[in-house]
Amino acid sequence: MTTERAPQPTTAAANPPVQPMASNLLPTDLVRISATANVPAPERQLTKVAKLIDVSKCIGCKACQTACIEWNDTHPAVEENVGVYENPHDLTPEMYTLMRFSEYENPGTGDLEWLIRKDGCMHCEDPGCLKACPAPGAIVQYSNGIVDFISANCIGCGYCVSGCPFDIPRIHQTAHVSKKCTLCSDRVAVGQGPACAKACPTQAITFGTKDDMIALANERIEDLQSRGYDNAGLYDPQGVGGTHVMYVLHHADKPGLYAGLPADPRISPVVESWKGTTKTVGLAAIGLAAAGAVLHGIFAKANKVSAEEEHEAEELVVKTASAPVPPSSVPPENRGGL
Amino acid sequence: MRREYSHEGDHIEALKPVVTVSRYRGITRANHWVTALSLILLALSGLALFHPSLYFLSGLFGGGQVVRWLHPIIGVVLFLSFFLLFLQMWKLNLPRREDATWVARIGDVMAGHEEKLPELGKYNAGQKGVFWAMTVLILVLIVTGLMIWEQQVHLWRDYAPWAATIPARRIALLVHALSAVGIILVFILHVYAAFWTRGTLRAMTRGNVTGGWAFRHHRKWLREVARRQNTPPAE
Ligand code: HEM
Ligand code: SF4
Ligand code: SF4
Ligand code: SF4
Repeated sequence: MTTERAPQPTTAAANPPVQPMASNLLPTDLVRISATANVPAPERQLTKVAKLIDVSKCIGCKACQTACIEWNDTHPAVEENVGVYENPHDLTPEMYTLMRFSEYENPGTGDLEWLIRKDGCMHCEDPGCLKACPAPGAIVQYSNGIVDFISANCIGCGYCVSGCPFDIPRIHQTAHVSKKCTLCSDRVAVGQGPACAKACPTQAITFGTKDDMIALANERIEDLQSRGYDNAGLYDPQGVGGTHVMYVLHHADKPGLYAGLPADPRISPVVESWKGTTKTVGLAAIGLAAAGAVLHGIFAKANKVSAEEEHEAEELVVKTASAPVPPSSVPPENRGGL
Repeated sequence: MRREYSHEGDHIEALKPVVTVSRYRGITRANHWVTALSLILLALSGLALFHPSLYFLSGLFGGGQVVRWLHPIIGVVLFLSFFLLFLQMWKLNLPRREDATWVARIGDVMAGHEEKLPELGKYNAGQKGVFWAMTVLILVLIVTGLMIWEQQVHLWRDYAPWAATIPARRIALLVHALSAVGIILVFILHVYAAFWTRGTLRAMTRGNVTGGWAFRHHRKWLREVARRQNTPPAE
């Protein structure tokens, strides 16, 4: 029996196909693989997908967090209430997405604004996590834009944490693997949208092709601007080549208001030089030094002690031993005369 | 009698058939080899993560997860072991006037014309350079290594939160990788010099060298050791 491949999902809300279907995210759809040069060109190009998070529509209900926990079967620890709305206090290896709450007193209007942003992996077109990762195949990127962590290949070193411009990956302290939002790659593979998008009661989270999501965002931005949010705009930062999770922000001119969303994220130049020049130059230097040492060792004349020197040493020792005590305290600085 | 060029344990072992001079005690040799083995294992395990083309080296240890776990532990062993070596050797590695001459005449060193060089104590300027380079690089590697040790960051994060930030970790990763390259280059130089200068290796295997070797390379050291043979025990 051949099972049909699932269609590529284009909305979050659409009911999924109910008949059994084969995964439509194949190993041949990978465009990037961590610590792997020369990834073969994929045979097909999947439609680029994106999740759009309209911050202006979010009511902070955390249905998405709940859906994410349920779908991914994670078990975030029960924490203590310290009087803030974030729960848990930060992203964890068991909590891939987190509502972050910021209070902002708008100097223009005098209003107190409650800005709520759903934090999580941005699925960068140019992912810093993947660039930093030393383990072949631990981080992969599909041609539809999804960046996925493959725990079976992950060694838990935490390099991805340093590589990510958004402070997203978290290392599981007992499983020793890195965890983050998968963009529900396992759902997308079988024609379904992400669990968080599906659960969102206000459709603040939507999912579809990247083009559709940009078009939808533009509609929303136009609406917001007509209602006084002059700086409303789309967050799709080009410093990382654009992202496959995008935000509609009322204050797109100040993304930092939203719990420190970076204004111009890019892979840190420190990471670039660590994974770039350092590696090529370092490897070449070590290779040359090792080869040079071996060649010099084989072809150059060794530094040998002569029989005469052995003899002179014996004389020196015997003479010193028979010298009166105490012996001369100042040895000749130089043997030039010998 | 004042010791200026030798360690207290250095002594003439025998006169016949050739003079042999004891250079390192057993405990110092054991200390040296623990340090050397740690450094080799660190280089192999570190290089596995350094470049994808060397990831296969992780197979020597049982896979990437083991490398991630083991490398920093060996790092701590190396640090402690080298620290003990440092305590024994730092004094005789302090720079002296004749070191400048030795460096200026490096051409004669390479050509083996040691008769044109000044007499030296227990270490020449090259050996001293290796010693201090290792000291500095190991310090840098342990500090940056602790900063990027994902599993143990919680041990110190509360005392130096700034060092646990992501920008600080990025710098630590870069510096760790650069100093790792540096220490591997120093290591190659060190091993090569020990082979090229025939008669040196036995100092760290058997613990002694021949009189001729000492006469040729470290005559001030030999003179002082020989003179001490002659000194009656302290009253
Ligand atoms: C002195 C104590 C040291 C400590 C605590 C330490 C710790 C670490 C840690 C935590 C990592 C990240 C991978 C992991 O989690 O295992 C690492 C990577 C590495 N270490 Fe060390 N290390 C030390 C010494 C050394 C030495 C002596 C060398 C070289 C001989 C070395 C070479 C490397 C290399 C090449 C990497 C990979 C860097 C990269 O991916 O660019 N380390 N070390
Ligand atoms: S947000 Fe961070 S973890 Fe997600 S793809 Fe970008 S770099 Fe990787
Ligand atoms: S912890 Fe991150 S960088 Fe390290 S192997 Fe896993 S995915 Fe790659
Ligand atoms: S896309 Fe999936 S994994 Fe990512 S936050 Fe939403 S539910 Fe969680």
